[in-house]
Amino acid sequence: MNLTIDIEEKVSQVIMTLAGEIDIYTAPKLKDKLNELVSSKNADVIVDLQGVSYMDSTGLGTFVSGLKHAEDSESKLKLIGANERLLRLFQVTGLDDVIDVSSAEEGDLNG
Amino acid sequence: MANVDYIEMKLPAKSDYVSVARLTTSGIANRMGFDYEAIEDLKVAISEASTNVVNHAYDENEKGEIILGFSIYDDRLEVMVSDRGESFDLNEVKNNLGPIDHVKKTDDLREGGFGLFLINALMDKVEVNNNYGVIVHMIKYLNGVEVTNSDKAKTK
Repeated sequence: MNLTIDIEEKVSQVIMTLAGEIDIYTAPKLKDKLNELVSSKNADVIVDLQGVSYMDSTGLGTFVSGLKHAEDSESKLKLIGANERLLRLFQVTGLDDVIDVSSAEEGDLNG
Repeated sequence: MANVDYIEMKLPAKSDYVSVARLTTSGIANRMGFDYEAIEDLKVAISEASTNVVNHAYDENEKGEIILGFSIYDDRLEVMVSDRGESFDLNEVKNNLGPIDHVKKTDDLREGGFGLFLINALMDKVEVNNNYGVIVHMIKYLNGVEVTNSDKAKTK
């Protein structure tokens, strides 16, 4: 069980596409990459979660950390493509109030 | 009802093996006939408990264990996750539990502490024993005897 992290840099945006599982084993690598991306000044980072089959509180903590780093650097962080399970974790913990997270349906990049 | 199967597993208390606890949970729950949602709930809850063992119970260089016990009843699955490490301050942990409370500033957000809260939200019954090491005891019923998870989360 692992997590692959794919980073695509566009003109004004960085898209991080994740596939696999986010847990205590895979989160440290994700946290490093994510914090690095959002820590460049005024970055616009989109994390595509469509390929994420499992996530727990370790993942939530990773995105909270990312959000903090983003605010410090006046960057934007947005999560898209979350499946029902992932969305539920954000909702149950109330984190959907502070982190911009959308579902697989509403997360169309062109929309 | 006297018919109980018991499965016990010991894993090194390393992050590498939390997914093994999860896969085993999934296999047992699937065998018992839990539906997809319930299996996913169980996977998260058992992973959270195992993650707590890895994070809190042992010092960096100490070789610890995550001990998982699955009791399979006709109507429910009972899972015990324990360590043999130092007890943590349970009251402190409890005080840090819960959904975030409409924090205005991102700086005030916690990065941890969601684990036990999620276990409570996803399982039907949870007890934490903190006398010798930590034992998290969790129950999930097969036929949704309990209130639905979303209802339960709201009333907390």
